[in-house]
Amino acid sequence: MPSVSMTINGKKVLGEVEARTLLVDFIREDQRLTGTHVGCDTSQCGACVIHINGEAVKSCTMLAVQANGAEITTIEGLANGDELHPMQEAFRDNHGLQCGFCTPGMIMSAVALAKRNSAPSEKEVRHYLEGNLCRCTGYHNIVKSVIAGARAMS
Amino acid sequence: MYNFNYQTASSADDAAAKVSASDEGKLLAGGMTLLPTMKQRLAMPSDLVDLSKAGLSGISVAGNVVSIGAMTTHDTVANSKEVASAIPALAKLASGIGDPAVRNRGTIGGSIANNDPAADYPAAVLGLGATIVTNKRSIAGDDFFTGMFDTALEDGEVITRVDFQVPETASYIKFPNPASRYAIVGVFVAKTAGGVRVAVTGASPCVFRASEMEAALTANFSAGALENSSVSANGLNADIHASAEYRAHLVGVMAKRAVAACS
Repeated sequence: MPSVSMTINGKKVLGEVEARTLLVDFIREDQRLTGTHVGCDTSQCGACVIHINGEAVKSCTMLAVQANGAEITTIEGLANGDELHPMQEAFRDNHGLQCGFCTPGMIMSAVALAKRNSAPSEKEVRHYLEGNLCRCTGYHNIVKSVIAGARAMS
Repeated sequence: MYNFNYQTASSADDAAAKVSASDEGKLLAGGMTLLPTMKQRLAMPSDLVDLSKAGLSGISVAGNVVSIGAMTTHDTVANSKEVASAIPALAKLASGIGDPAVRNRGTIGGSIANNDPAADYPAAVLGLGATIVTNKRSIAGDDFFTGMFDTALEDGEVITRVDFQVPETASYIKFPNPASRYAIVGVFVAKTAGGVRVAVTGASPCVFRASEMEAALTANFSAGALENSSVSANGLNADIHASAEYRAHLVGVMAKRAVAACS
């Protein structure tokens, strides 16, 4: 089986995987980092968004072998100990989640947006979140959270 | 998904050799269509040959030609200052493909090699009369898209880059499916050295040029010139999102908007 090595949340990890192992399965099943979610089987929902070399990608639509040598950040890598990341804090303050299933992907996408654009408009936030589906909130408070979180990060 | 052998290619020729040597190998570009297809077990390649280390990404502008490497991501094209200044319609088209995570992985070479009937890039390649360069030859945009999910590429042929001539003016407008962002109908209009070109995606099984509209715009390049031209609904796609008649109507509306957006 192919072997892979990558850095996840600052920690170097090694593993042996089948070629067909999706990156999200390597993260969840092998590394036991279950904050990254799988909400669909069609690459549409965005619950599995992580950062690879700083860019937001859907970890369900990438093979673990394709991430060989990559720097990966998952939702578990954002907080600093007990102190939430400003984007996580903003989602809490603005009631940006209800059931929370989509939240890891939402927050990883939001952080990627905020790194490019520290003061996104509502329209820019909605455009950027087109690949993240939420079935509870109606998005309104998510958009508020992202705008507040981006401001707090800058 | 079914299992397969994973290989990496160090160049386009290496990729071609590895695919040809395999049973039923496939090239892996960004994987934004291929991997979801394999997840559904709708494809069962024996091998995937990964092009990410084949040195095929990058953008260069020389004179009147913008060259985009096959493995260049949609996000890179969308945010390229060179593309935005030479062919702004192309950067805008790339910025509207899928969603940000898809744009960070999906590539121009993968998109046109797949030739999805509703993909955006085929409209730009046909609308701008681009040239597709492979490890073997150059293929004119007009000859490249041969049918639904079908292209002029031969077995073991690998796209290395796409060369776009800078047009006088161009614009792309699409009516996106609200879930997938694929074009229900997208129209690329360009005024090029070789004349006016109108390429339509999403409407039919394969991207096509709307010749009646091209003739009308050649006589008078304005949205009003399209008032009397129409596209027949005959043979157009019909699904739960839009009937063939609705798509035919949308071609006219998108074309007029695209012409109006050309400045």
